[in-house]
Amino acid sequence: MHLSPDQVVFWQYGVFKLNLTIVTTWVLMLVLVIGAKLVTRRIGLLGKHGVAVTRWQSLLEIVVAAIRQQIIEVGLRQPEKYMGFLGTLFLFVAVASIFTIIPGYEPPTGSLSTTAALAICVLVAVPLYGIRELGLGGYLKDYLQPTFIMLPFNIISELSRTLALAVRLFGNMMSGGMIIGILLTITPFLFPIAMSVLGLLTGMVQAYIFSILATVYIAAATGTHRPLPKSASPQPTA
Amino acid sequence: MIIDWFTVIAQVVNFLILVWLLKRFLYRPILQAIDEREQRIAAELADANASKLAAQSERDEFMRKNEAFDQARADMTAKAMEEAQNERQQFVNVARQESEQLREQWQQALRNEHQNLSAEITRRTQEEVFAIARKALTDMAGVTLEARMVELFVQRLHGLEGAERMHLVASFKAAPAQVLVRTTYALTPQQRSAIEDAVKFVFGVEQPMQFELAPDIVSGIELVTSGQKLAWSIADYLGTLEKGVGELLSAQPVAGPDVVSGQAA
Repeated sequence: MHLSPDQVVFWQYGVFKLNLTIVTTWVLMLVLVIGAKLVTRRIGLLGKHGVAVTRWQSLLEIVVAAIRQQIIEVGLRQPEKYMGFLGTLFLFVAVASIFTIIPGYEPPTGSLSTTAALAICVLVAVPLYGIRELGLGGYLKDYLQPTFIMLPFNIISELSRTLALAVRLFGNMMSGGMIIGILLTITPFLFPIAMSVLGLLTGMVQAYIFSILATVYIAAATGTHRPLPKSASPQPTA
Repeated sequence: MIIDWFTVIAQVVNFLILVWLLKRFLYRPILQAIDEREQRIAAELADANASKLAAQSERDEFMRKNEAFDQARADMTAKAMEEAQNERQQFVNVARQESEQLREQWQQALRNEHQNLSAEITRRTQEEVFAIARKALTDMAGVTLEARMVELFVQRLHGLEGAERMHLVASFKAAPAQVLVRTTYALTPQQRSAIEDAVKFVFGVEQPMQFELAPDIVSGIELVTSGQKLAWSIADYLGTLEKGVGELLSAQPVAGPDVVSGQAA
């Protein structure tokens, strides 16, 4: 038994290697992209005949609309700008956990390397979005709030929450697979099925938590929690 | 080592590629489709609303026209009925007048016919009586009617007596003019002389006598002098007959005009 799918290496040349995590990720990417392409390729054709929509398109519309609604509810005013990043985070983690119903499948999110990669992406994306919205100065000023003394703590907070993101997702996904593996040796057949169902639930919850936290971080960085600047009112002079 | 840094880097790259691909193939088309559909639905709703408003206004217009049409039809119907009533009244009046005229004409024709019939009966009766008398006299006495008439006239002259004879004599003497004898048929010389003799004997006059044909006196002889006339004629008998026949005809009821009057009403 291995702790991480990273340990299953199919091919290696120096530091370059092809392990189970990367291969599974590719498969998931293919499924997502091809599925999306298949569903959306006939949208234009159907659109001309009125409001006829296929079932798969309706499903995807529900998912996409729900993601957009979530982003709006967190407080980002232009959800389309963050849709690609945040939506993909959710869909990747969710699909990776849904596929656990396939026997022998190990989710790539069960590898700390993958969750760390996602957390690093969030770590990088948050200041990028913040700078794009507020400018470099405006973004960096946030680290001095409420006083400059808080600067190191803010930096520590930034790093620690990234670490927390990575470890939380890894721990949940890895533990689900580990528990099933262990239980299979003790009580085969029935109990692992219940655990698989539970694993599906925790996987979806983790996908939601991961993406919603990333959304909250971005919303905080882009300053959407602040009130909109008002026109300066004339001050009384002494 | 739990974290494999090459895998981390590879997964970062993989994730970024996945973000790009999904943005390209999933979010953009889906969001675009949703937006387009919402726009189209909004446009269709606006169109439907506009159509509804147009239909509403057209319906109002139609209702207004319909009411106007109904009103106009009712007016025209009333007018037509009034005109028809007037026309009917006129026709009835005209028909009544025509029927009155026809009845009047019919009654006139009936009266004319009645008169003609009376005249015809009179004429035919006179002719028949004359013919019968002539035949009877001829057959029974062997003399012609004229001879008998002259005979009878002479007898009457002789038979004149009293006031009548005196009156006539005075009249003949007072006016010594011509004495005119008018007969229906030409008299023979014997008959003329018989009449002349009788006149001379009875009245004692010497005036020349003139004989004249007068077809209007029906089978008779008239002796005419100034203002006086002595005559014998079948017309006297015929007058009685005519009176009897006339009473018979006037006694018959005239039913025709009542029938015509009934039809005209």
